[in-house]
Amino acid sequence: MKFDAPAGANPIDKLRVVGRPTDRIDGPRKTTGTAPYAYERHDVVPNQAYGYVVGAGIAKGRLTRLDVSAAKSAPGVLAVVSTLDMDRLPLSKMNTASLFGGAEIQHYHQAIALVVAETFEQARGAAFLLHPEYQATPGRFDLQAHEDAPLVGGSSGEGSGGPKLDRVGDFDMAFAQASVKLDQRYTTPDESHAMMEPHATIAAWDGDRLTIWTSNQMIAWNKRDLAKTLGMSPDKLRVDSPFIGGGFGGKLFVRADSVLAALGARAAGRPVKVALTRPLIFNNTTHRPATMQRIRLGAGRDGRLVAIAHESLSGDLPDGKPETAVAQTKLLYAGANRLISMRLATLDLPEGNAMRAPGEAPGLMALEMAMDEMAEALDMDPVRFRILNDTQTDPEKPGRPFSQRQLVECLRTGAARFGWDRRKPRPGTVRDGRWLVGMGVSAGFRNNLLQPSGARVRLDKRGTVTVETDMTDIGTGSYTIIAQTAAEMMGVELDQVVVRLGDSDFPASAGSGGQWGANNSTSGVYAACVKLRDAVARAGGLDPDRAEFSGGRVAAGGRSIRLADAALHGDLVGDDRIEYGSLAKQYQQSTFAAHFVEAAVDGFTGEVRLRRMLAVCAAGRILNPKTARSQVIGAMTMGAGGALMEELAVDKRRGFFVNHDLAGYEVPVHADIPHQDVVFLPEADPVSSPMKAKGVGELGLCGVAAAIANAVYNATGVRVRDYPVTLDKHLQRLPELA
Amino acid sequence: MKPFTYERADSPAAAAAAVARTPGAKFIAGGTNILDLMKLQIETPTHLVDVNRLALDRIEDIPGGGVRIGALVRNTALAADRRIRKHYGVLSRAIVAGASGQLRNKATTAGNLLQRTRCPYFYDTAQPCNKRAPGSGCAAIGGISRQLAVIGASDHCIATYPGDMAVAMRVLDATVETVSPDGGTRAIPIADFHLLPGDTPQKENALRPGELITAVTLPAPLGGRHFYQKVRDRASYAFALVSVAAVIHPDGSGRVALGGVAPKPWRVDAADAAMKHGSRAVAEPLLAGARPAGDNAFKLPLAERTLALVMSEAKAA
Ligand SMILES: Cc1cc2nc3c(=O)[nH]c(=O)nc-3n(C[C@H](O)[C@H](O)[C@H](O)COP(=O)(O)OP(=O)(O)OC[C@H]3O[C@@H](n4cnc5c(N)ncnc54)[C@H](O)[C@@H]3O)c2cc1C
Ligand code: SF4
Repeated sequence: MKFDAPAGANPIDKLRVVGRPTDRIDGPRKTTGTAPYAYERHDVVPNQAYGYVVGAGIAKGRLTRLDVSAAKSAPGVLAVVSTLDMDRLPLSKMNTASLFGGAEIQHYHQAIALVVAETFEQARGAAFLLHPEYQATPGRFDLQAHEDAPLVGGSSGEGSGGPKLDRVGDFDMAFAQASVKLDQRYTTPDESHAMMEPHATIAAWDGDRLTIWTSNQMIAWNKRDLAKTLGMSPDKLRVDSPFIGGGFGGKLFVRADSVLAALGARAAGRPVKVALTRPLIFNNTTHRPATMQRIRLGAGRDGRLVAIAHESLSGDLPDGKPETAVAQTKLLYAGANRLISMRLATLDLPEGNAMRAPGEAPGLMALEMAMDEMAEALDMDPVRFRILNDTQTDPEKPGRPFSQRQLVECLRTGAARFGWDRRKPRPGTVRDGRWLVGMGVSAGFRNNLLQPSGARVRLDKRGTVTVETDMTDIGTGSYTIIAQTAAEMMGVELDQVVVRLGDSDFPASAGSGGQWGANNSTSGVYAACVKLRDAVARAGGLDPDRAEFSGGRVAAGGRSIRLADAALHGDLVGDDRIEYGSLAKQYQQSTFAAHFVEAAVDGFTGEVRLRRMLAVCAAGRILNPKTARSQVIGAMTMGAGGALMEELAVDKRRGFFVNHDLAGYEVPVHADIPHQDVVFLPEADPVSSPMKAKGVGELGLCGVAAAIANAVYNATGVRVRDYPVTLDKHLQRLPELA
Repeated sequence: MKPFTYERADSPAAAAAAVARTPGAKFIAGGTNILDLMKLQIETPTHLVDVNRLALDRIEDIPGGGVRIGALVRNTALAADRRIRKHYGVLSRAIVAGASGQLRNKATTAGNLLQRTRCPYFYDTAQPCNKRAPGSGCAAIGGISRQLAVIGASDHCIATYPGDMAVAMRVLDATVETVSPDGGTRAIPIADFHLLPGDTPQKENALRPGELITAVTLPAPLGGRHFYQKVRDRASYAFALVSVAAVIHPDGSGRVALGGVAPKPWRVDAADAAMKHGSRAVAEPLLAGARPAGDNAFKLPLAERTLALVMSEAKAA
């Protein structure tokens, strides 16, 4: 199905199943421990051995020696795969650092060996017998030392991007002449996805055919890229990933677990399972790169922006890409004169790559703090200041409207619900005992991405509708919204729908990334259901154009039959995919939010504790308000981590992230998260897809950290522009407690 | 984890003897620290002597005042004990400020005292660390040191003692009771129990090979108000940046010890003597001679401010 004109009325609009808060259909399996996650799939293939990955202990240089003899003869050891056994493996499209092979070390904890043994403990024990020797060479580990890095454009590969330099109007002149100006620098640190389930894979060879049971967000990419890395034909590879314990972008790409499980299984001559140990995840895999950003804003005394400049520097390995932190600034606010640029430093730290809302998340941490500072400089309420600078068209291309843009409504609704009028504009003036209390706001923005997505829907003689697609459910609720879509389209109840996901033998979907999963994968299911409806009507001798599907029946021209009966003589199948025309060029499609936060700061210790959080989102049709809410509250929690504690600490001498476990890399715990509220504004976007939906999973994160930092500022009067806002950064500048 | 053998001891003296007999042997109690370290081969005992069934799990009154806490009393039980809550509130508060509910259910009094540092380089066996591999150097000096010690450290090691419980015990003047492999017993004042690193940071406490902790005793109740204020980046489940254990009497006199700043719970007589004179007067002697490592200089003002917080709460009462 080609989607090239705005959607008209269609069967989804009934909203009998879609759009209703619905429990996860996979919930019982998760709560009873019967949902199969990669590492525990004991039943898929017999005789599984255990692999243990060894990471390099230097950041840059060569591995000169790896003594495999002792490990090979250790108890239970079946095989040792050494990176010195082979040339560097081919690099797939999505990877920057080599995953395995060859002596060169490009970053800390790059995999150098896999030990395979009968038990995990034996493999791990033998791994300590390898005694690697290195020849270290100096590396570049300090982003701050590279402020003059070259301008580089690029895309996050996950939905945001920008040219290296983009000018609209005459920024320099407009900024010079503006009556009120802001010129500030902000930094965001390297961050880790820190998902609960580590990267894990079981690999089994059958002759030259390989099956991997893994944990991956993008099955089709994974199949293509793993085949390339292993030098095999994708036709001989099957990838299966039905349940994923979180990814946040860390599982978009092929990682060492799959590659080494496959190599280990070949070497051991039997199936091998590999999970990356927690300490490896931080340096062996990818992370959100640190940024140094400069923002300049110029406005008239009336508060209207006339000049906006956003420049960002990030670093990555050679041939890597920039963190696209300037992307949202191209679209978020009006202003005739604009300048956007990105610089990319070459660093020898682990690979930087997509993490939930790549680009926008760190970009908004800076931009939305700058907007708060500018509002203060203008002596204007920060909600009003944002509303005043709203735009309904692409500010770089005024002829191009937003398909839907309810940022102003988000801000107004949020302000009213949150009690924003109680905020004291003068910072550092509200006390609650020893606590300094403040409120902060920010806008949230994330683009809506369109990706082709396929599905196959089958009706059998029991009336069961089975959906198959390689779409993944990374905890987001894909199973449920896909079932809702099929139930709505086929006029059946949810319990008559079976959803099977994550298998590369199923039609290729959009996968889970860039908050594009929900809208695109359900649109693919919609397309397949349109085909199936047609087949059902024809099988029942009904006019497909008039057929109405409801109550497990299909009716047309006064005649009605049971769906089950239509499939009496064999399953009926609809197989299709959604593809998109040029609507995304004609319209800017984005999602919007307003985040409100109340924070308290201990006047003695400077500890920051959140009190209330509210997100108001406008993001197209909300397919399942219950799972969507879960997405947003999870994202707000991640935003709290980014604002207050998450930072990969870079050892600039040794070139690695030092706090590589969950004791050192702190993410929020329950006690950090207070009352959270989420409001979805009514919206249906016919330009987006037949589902009229968009995404919320990343929107929920975008802007949260700035709203928190702005609340902290409002509480203390001390502006901290380097994330995370930890107590040491404002401790000695806090107002005196009377 | 290296392969190891295992036995379960049936008396304290037998446990001590078993460890003394086998080179490379160690005790295991709750296992919440030693097992993690074994998985990473930071500790590589050849033999584990399980002390969990030694019936050292009681809290008893000592005639004439005070209590004896068995070495195997779990942190949860200790914090919840009525006597402890009533008379030694600082200890209850310190314990519940640490780790998580699950860990406290497992963690024992002796094991908690002996928990090892959380210096991140100590945990990475590819990095030099004098505590883990004596003589290899200290990667933390000049590196990431935000969590590390500002006082009491040496040029060989700047790690902190990370625990909470022992800081409260320090302010209470607890005594560690032990039995040696030869059956002899000792009582070690908590002040002397943890050692400063000097040039042997691998030596963290006063125990001799095979010596088993049997109990910790607390002297008769001190009265006063009890405080344990733990400062950290997140609200729970994090080690202290700085913590303050204090007992403060109505006239403002009292005692104080700091956690998170030194290789051992940090207490200085002159600081106790200054309690009536405010946080600045206490902080000065308490932190005299501090040498921050770089990223952690903030711990000095933070310690003083946390003291001020505790003192203001004491006044408000
Ligand atoms: C994730 C996490 C977070 C934590 N957070 C905190 C925190 O915030 N604050 C805090 O204070 N602690 C914290 N801890 C540490 C926790 O308190 C300790 O792990 C626990 O107290 C150790 O007790 P255990 O009985 O399990 O000791 P084990 O691991 O069994 O033993 C520890 C050491 O003591 C020795 N040992 C045990 N018993 C005896 C004995 N009777 N005589 C002589 N030697 C003995 C063992 O040989 C070993 O060397 C945390 C731990 C974890 C894993
Ligand atoms: S501070 Fe101590 S524990 Fe940390 S690396 Fe240095 S020697 Fe090791």
